[in-house]
Amino acid sequence: MNRFAELLDRLVLTPSRNGKLKLITDHFRAVEDPDRGLALAALTGELDIASVKPAMLRQLVSERMDPVLFGYSYDYVGDLAETVSLVWPEPGGNASPAAPPPLTPPHKGEGDVSVSESPSPLWGGVRGGGNPAYKPNHDITLADVVAALQSASRSDGPAVLARLLDQAETSARFAIIKLVTGGLRIGVSARLAKQALADLGPVDVAEIEELWHGLAPPYADLFAWLEGKAPKPEQAAKAPFRPVMLSNPVSEGDLEKLDPADYAAEWKWDGIRVQAVSEGGVRRLYSRTGDDVSGAFPDVVAAMDFEAALDGELLVGVPPEATGTFSDLQQRLNRKTVSAKMQAQYPAFVRCYDLLQLNGEDLRGLAFTERRRHLETFIAALDPDRFDLSPLVAFDGWTQLEDMRSAPPHPIIEGVMLKRLDSPYLAGRPKGPWFKWKRDPHTVDAVLMYAQRGHGKRSSFYSDYTFGVWSGAEGAEELVPVGKAYFGFTDEELKQIDKFVRDNTIERFGPVRSVRADRANGLVLEVAFEGLNRSTRHKSGVAMRFPRISRLRWDKPPAEADRIETLQALLD
Amino acid sequence: MRARDLLHPRPEGLYCPPGDFYIDPVRAVERALITHGHSDHARPGHARVLATRETLDIMAIRCGADFAGSTQAVAMGEKIRLGDVTVGFHPAGHVLGSAQISVQHNGLRIVASGDYKRASDPTCAGFEVVPCDVFITEATFALPVFRHPDASQEIGKLLKSAQQFPERAHLVGAYALGKAQRVMRLLRDQGYDKPIYIHGAIARLSEYYQSQGVDLGNLQPATVEDGDRSDFAGAIVIAPSSAFADRWARRFPDPLAAFASGWMRIRQRAKQGGVELPLIISDHSDWDELTATIGETGAGEVWVTHGREEALVRWCELNGIAARPLHLVGYEDEGD
Repeated sequence: MNRFAELLDRLVLTPSRNGKLKLITDHFRAVEDPDRGLALAALTGELDIASVKPAMLRQLVSERMDPVLFGYSYDYVGDLAETVSLVWPEPGGNASPAAPPPLTPPHKGEGDVSVSESPSPLWGGVRGGGNPAYKPNHDITLADVVAALQSASRSDGPAVLARLLDQAETSARFAIIKLVTGGLRIGVSARLAKQALADLGPVDVAEIEELWHGLAPPYADLFAWLEGKAPKPEQAAKAPFRPVMLSNPVSEGDLEKLDPADYAAEWKWDGIRVQAVSEGGVRRLYSRTGDDVSGAFPDVVAAMDFEAALDGELLVGVPPEATGTFSDLQQRLNRKTVSAKMQAQYPAFVRCYDLLQLNGEDLRGLAFTERRRHLETFIAALDPDRFDLSPLVAFDGWTQLEDMRSAPPHPIIEGVMLKRLDSPYLAGRPKGPWFKWKRDPHTVDAVLMYAQRGHGKRSSFYSDYTFGVWSGAEGAEELVPVGKAYFGFTDEELKQIDKFVRDNTIERFGPVRSVRADRANGLVLEVAFEGLNRSTRHKSGVAMRFPRISRLRWDKPPAEADRIETLQALLD
Repeated sequence: MRARDLLHPRPEGLYCPPGDFYIDPVRAVERALITHGHSDHARPGHARVLATRETLDIMAIRCGADFAGSTQAVAMGEKIRLGDVTVGFHPAGHVLGSAQISVQHNGLRIVASGDYKRASDPTCAGFEVVPCDVFITEATFALPVFRHPDASQEIGKLLKSAQQFPERAHLVGAYALGKAQRVMRLLRDQGYDKPIYIHGAIARLSEYYQSQGVDLGNLQPATVEDGDRSDFAGAIVIAPSSAFADRWARRFPDPLAAFASGWMRIRQRAKQGGVELPLIISDHSDWDELTATIGETGAGEVWVTHGREEALVRWCELNGIAARPLHLVGYEDEGD
């Protein structure tokens, strides 16, 4: 348990992706089964433990310490799970004889939780003070903890939790509380954990994703395969995820080497990539990384009465004409369940562009044109409100396509896709068969307002920038923050901005500096972004998608930076 | 005499009228008794200063040889008569030379702890319990959330990380007096025998510790020879944490920020400071040490100063000990 706790502690504070991967992979390498598999399950959100409410945690701790002292502690720390893990009486209960006699708690908690009778430094004893029935248990494993929590009934859950906390050390207590309060929230996605697992082999992460839905914690057969001790696990699940084929962006000089006659073009729609799989009565809607998102889209799942695996773009609206914005789609994302009202207001559908499997036959080895022919026939038989066909865009040459890309017929189009006619469907991002050619990004001239220090290689540089645009009446303009960006500039430009920040600091708040930014003085940044969403969380009312610094405008006076109205106009 | 007539706060600091002296005054005074060399306790400009030999040496290093009109070194345990009172210096276990100061008048004894810790520290003499009527305790970490783990376990984390990320320089933020040297000594105790690189701000005090018999091993200045950053890959570099934000830190390859401090117990605190590897190593008492020490002194009354006074006062109330906050101003959470 202590090794898992240490892993969480390190992950919380490690900002770099590579650093996190290394920590997780090393953990998988060092820790044996089943603990490492349970750690993997915890990181990927696959661990099934009945959750404990914050109010119950508070009750448990208030039975063990003076509520006033707890109040001071909670005020100082700010996070309930962390406070409880820190103040929980230490194992051992060896009150010092030199200490004054301990007070007893003023009352015993009613209900089903047993109250420790031992003295505590939180009531009056000294070091230790925990339940004397328990000694610190350095050997308690994650498997012990998970087994105890999973076998606990609703009524004895709090008592089981308290018993575990009584035996654990500080970091382990924090980890246990994180496990039972649901959601580790330590900045590690399921995808990252799978990548770390793939690094253990090493194998391609696509292989892990393909297998994932047939496996269950603690994944012993998966680890055995990755360590070369056993064959690859058989794909056991019905309706498995198939690793998706990804495209490369068109870069300078790419197109002149290609013959337009070898490629088909489609619009690139601004939704999310999904895979709709229905096989043997099992229906699943997967995200592009293989996460099962079926729960949020019962309307789509209900219409999946076929035996096939479809690749397409999830959008909201009523096809083929009404296609909602990404903002609309966001109303439906990241939900476990979705109300009927929400489904009616934001109906979801899939705009299909590929067919991977049909009636038990794998089509991925066929050429694009072949698959497309099957797809067109197949789509015709589906519910047109839930599935439509991504149309092909006819074009004669790159110049004509460029014109069409710059002025697409629909606002939800963010560019064009190019697909080589003879290409099979390949997992990953092979260079050549598929390209994305995005519409040029939007840009806005904004003024640098705050800068935050980076991490790792950038830890002595102010490298994360919050920028704003002008709002308010003429003569009373003020800057309102509209976004934050931390890339897009060269190393040389980073040095220049860093110097500007240091020379123009007005205030410091920990790692953040506010810099001089008024009508006459300040640094104008040209910020590129992919789109805007409405936001109730930001004062400006807008949130940028994928913002990055595209140019430094040392030449431009801050007063000439853009106004908020320029951005608001993009919303509609 | 009532306790508060023997010692009470004034704007200059804690004053003793019958002895006519101040303890750790924050402004220049005629006579000052100094508990230890941290800059919020040991300020220059007093006419006469009484302190341990080590504290006087440290003040001379930090403030210049002429930091006071005259100085007098006091040995640990030695009794000195000042006016109507007898004062004594007793090891506080905080940093090299740190002392608690006992002030006795007839049958009444007050002990001012200065900053202190109970955990073992190979770089300074360990805390001695001095029985007293009134104990003036610091309260830097006086909340039940602060329980410092064994320091060697924390050093183990640092060594493990240096092994796990051999391409990164491990920058350890540590206060220049006491913490930095303790971290070095703990590294040596765990068998780390490579050179430890140090920031210039730490060099003179580390030399002084070495001259006092604290062996810190091979220390090298953290300067770039021939501009080769890779020299520092996997190295351990000790610096005041303020240096991390400085351009100074750019000489290291992909630095990993560690910080040795009792504050590192709180994850948010580490996160906000951009610390990747928190090392909970403190030169102050944690909650359990504070409450245990109060009990061991047998004091019937406790005065609480600089830190989270309210929690310790509350604990004393729960335990039937008279307690009040002292409201001294001018002491920061420095030195940890």
